[in-house]
Amino acid sequence: MASDNVNDGRDARDAGDEAAAGAGLSTAPAQEDETPAAADAPREGGTVHPGSFGGARRPGAAGAAGWLAREVTGWTRWAWRQLTSMRVALILLFLLALGAIPGSLIPQSDANALLVEEFKADNDLLGRVYERLQLFDVYSSVWFSAIYILLFVSLIGCIVPRTWQFTGQLRGRPPRAPRRLDRMPAYTTWRTGADPEQVLGAAQRVLKRRWFRTAPGEGSVAAEKGYLREAGNLLFHLSLIVMLVAFGTSQLFYSEGGKLVVEGDGFSNTLPQYDDFSSGTLFDVDHDLDPFGFTLNEFTAEFSREGPDLGTPTVFRADITYWTPDGTETDATVQPNQPVVIGDSKIYLLGHGFAPVITVTDGQGRTAYSGPVPFLPQDTALTSTGVVKVTDYLDENGEPEQLGFQGFFNPSYAIDEVRGPHSTFPDPDLPVLTLTAYHGDLGLDSGIPQNVYQLNTRKLEQFTDEDGEPFRFDLLPGESIDLPDGKGTISYEGYERWATFKVSTKTGNGWALTGALAAVAGLAGSLLLQRRRVWVRATTDEAGRTVVELASLGRTESARIPEELADLAAALQPDAPMIPESSDQGARA
Amino acid sequence: MNLAMSEELADLSNYLIYSAMAVYTLAFLAHIAEWLFGSRSKVARTAAALTADAEAVPAQRGADTIGVTVRGKGGSTDVLERPAVVTRSASPRRDAVPDGPGAAAGDEKGDLYGRIALSLTVLAFLMHLAAVVVRTVAVERAPWANMYEFSTSFSMTVVGAYLLFLLAKKNVAWLGLPLVATVLLDLGLAVAVLYTDSTQLVPALDSVWLIIHVALAIGCGALMYVAVVSTVLFLFRDSYENKLASGGTPGKLATSVLERLPSSLSLDKFSYRITAAVFPVWTFTIIAGAIWAENAWGRYWGWDPKEVWAFITWVAYAAYLHARATAGWKGRRAAYLGIAGFVCYLINYYGVNMFVNSLHSYSGL
Repeated sequence: MASDNVNDGRDARDAGDEAAAGAGLSTAPAQEDETPAAADAPREGGTVHPGSFGGARRPGAAGAAGWLAREVTGWTRWAWRQLTSMRVALILLFLLALGAIPGSLIPQSDANALLVEEFKADNDLLGRVYERLQLFDVYSSVWFSAIYILLFVSLIGCIVPRTWQFTGQLRGRPPRAPRRLDRMPAYTTWRTGADPEQVLGAAQRVLKRRWFRTAPGEGSVAAEKGYLREAGNLLFHLSLIVMLVAFGTSQLFYSEGGKLVVEGDGFSNTLPQYDDFSSGTLFDVDHDLDPFGFTLNEFTAEFSREGPDLGTPTVFRADITYWTPDGTETDATVQPNQPVVIGDSKIYLLGHGFAPVITVTDGQGRTAYSGPVPFLPQDTALTSTGVVKVTDYLDENGEPEQLGFQGFFNPSYAIDEVRGPHSTFPDPDLPVLTLTAYHGDLGLDSGIPQNVYQLNTRKLEQFTDEDGEPFRFDLLPGESIDLPDGKGTISYEGYERWATFKVSTKTGNGWALTGALAAVAGLAGSLLLQRRRVWVRATTDEAGRTVVELASLGRTESARIPEELADLAAALQPDAPMIPESSDQGARA
Repeated sequence: MNLAMSEELADLSNYLIYSAMAVYTLAFLAHIAEWLFGSRSKVARTAAALTADAEAVPAQRGADTIGVTVRGKGGSTDVLERPAVVTRSASPRRDAVPDGPGAAAGDEKGDLYGRIALSLTVLAFLMHLAAVVVRTVAVERAPWANMYEFSTSFSMTVVGAYLLFLLAKKNVAWLGLPLVATVLLDLGLAVAVLYTDSTQLVPALDSVWLIIHVALAIGCGALMYVAVVSTVLFLFRDSYENKLASGGTPGKLATSVLERLPSSLSLDKFSYRITAAVFPVWTFTIIAGAIWAENAWGRYWGWDPKEVWAFITWVAYAAYLHARATAGWKGRRAAYLGIAGFVCYLINYYGVNMFVNSLHSYSGL
């Protein structure tokens, strides 16, 4: 090899020759560095602005217009080249990763609007700054969208030309053998007594048997293999676009709503029935909601009662009966990880809790309220808080007034100094209802939407006992208590369980999944396969023997490529047996 | 299985973990001894290769490596009848740098301690494996439903991968010390901080995807970890070679340690190959998670913090792979991206599980 670099004169020609041999092999896009410069020599004495594409600017309006056109197209082409360059793609990928971070640290209104409100209440200035920067909605923000849209434009700008290039390669033939095969990354040679034509014929057979595409040339054979690498690469990038489109489509057509249902109650799939509901802009709530409904027959929750897992849930199960428009009723079970599918809708089990059944009689002895009231769990032992709002109420004098109760429902009641009344276990072992009572105006008529789980005590007066302390009472199922001053009674009849369900419809899931799996297949192809070219040349030397030369070129400097070349050389031996050489000749190889 | 028996088995599993930690500690000490004794031998092959006649070296290397491979396949009688393949590299100088001799560097005592360290690692691994298997039997489900179990399974997979590489005759013995040290750290953290008695599977995790999704996450993480150790060592070794190539003299300690590691090219290739193989699997891990999320929560992608960080990890590794294929980004810059990718994985595991409010909060803490 030491003797190779003697004749510098031929180097330039060889370099071009070698560039042709490796053309199109790379998976990375070509990096053309087109910097704005007055490439053309100044013509006819016009002014040249350094750093411009316009070149010489001839005097007059036509000259200015021509210059401007050249300038604009030049810069546009430059911007497009920049955007589709690997460097900018890398920067955009980096920005995408960086931009995704704040959404994982700052509460997002999509995921938890309640947390966002809390955050804003606690941090006034920061909350406003975040709001301004769309940091509560990172993943639908203008800047995050800009990053991924630019990235996808860059991606399309990269893969479209490469697809053309690749189809051209598929229709064309492997590039012919370069003059100097010994300058290729892997090379071997030997002399044989066989005829050159015979050697090349054998080489073509051997290569074809190994799934190479071959092209006979003048005194040589060119071969290429591993086209699936580039095919995989293109498939992967195409799949990303499919996934993005599927994701975008599902954002336009989705619907999802939440509903709390108490045991024995029902739900029918219409907009007013939902506690909360959201849908994509193209989802038609009047027509697209599947017509069905269901009744929650029973909700079962079981918890571990012994060992280290004390209190850990073991079973959550909602037994429902659903009906469809054709009048059939079907029993089904909704469990975590096991949604029930009705038409295009899926019903998921999200949460559960208790609803004490309460009856309130007013000052006139009438039943003013009766029914289960869902209380919301605050911890894993189901310490629950809730309110009872009684609107249809007359006081001891027959005057209309309103009552409000707020307090705790604790399935396994305990009380201590620090935590006050709380629950120690999520099963109803000692289901105590602890309430305080108010009378006055609940503020429901003010027009401002009210949280059903909160009591607005601004216009309410708290009941007090003889000592002037707030009137507070604990009740067991079946117990009742008289309110002070003959204002009525409240009875705690028992409790029901409730469950929250999510009903959602999604379109494009199939496309997203197909895209995702195709992306994996494409990745595997583009990362695990090698694309390489092999050339075989057979020439006759001055002694009348045939010189066989084999060389291969791969995109990566993988050890497998020289190994493969060695195997090819070995496979050629029966047709081109090696003539052992004297040691001085061997050194040249 | 009754409760008492399952608790007994869980205890047995804990004892096995403690025992494995003790043996890993011994292996760690043996590795230290290996490195210490190895420092006695004086080698300077890197400097020789980097300053030698650039033209003469590649041919020699080519004939060395490939010739041997070819002959090995053909059997002894074919030796003379097979032509040797000559390889050339685009970067002949760096390509010519030979791999270091390993921790013991040919020192007899060092070599002995190296063998002891490996034997101890195998023993510790068997205990570690037994601990995970016993835990599986005790809890009657996949042994990775909380952070303690994830950590123990994770480090077991790391050591398992290392031993498999060794078994496949790959040059990875240099990974011994950093791997054993970090496995000890991981187990220590698992036992002291992350340990939880709980054995039951909450209904939310009761899905076949727990087995697929989490097992893949563990496997990918373990291999990414092996790759990132190689990447970090690459950065050190690369600076060392750069300094030598520019005529500088690296410090004594740097010379002693780095001279014994594989060449920067080998380290870089090793981490690249692992990452390239893992990346499609990691992609599928995220997809498996998305399918599970669709089944459990009614949406396949909801930008939950765990999902966000899995995505960021994916993007970082995608950037690494693109950089690796782009002129001007190869080498050190790509290496930084690779390290960033694994840091994201760690943030996703420790950070999101312990400090961020996520739907994926199953740490058991």
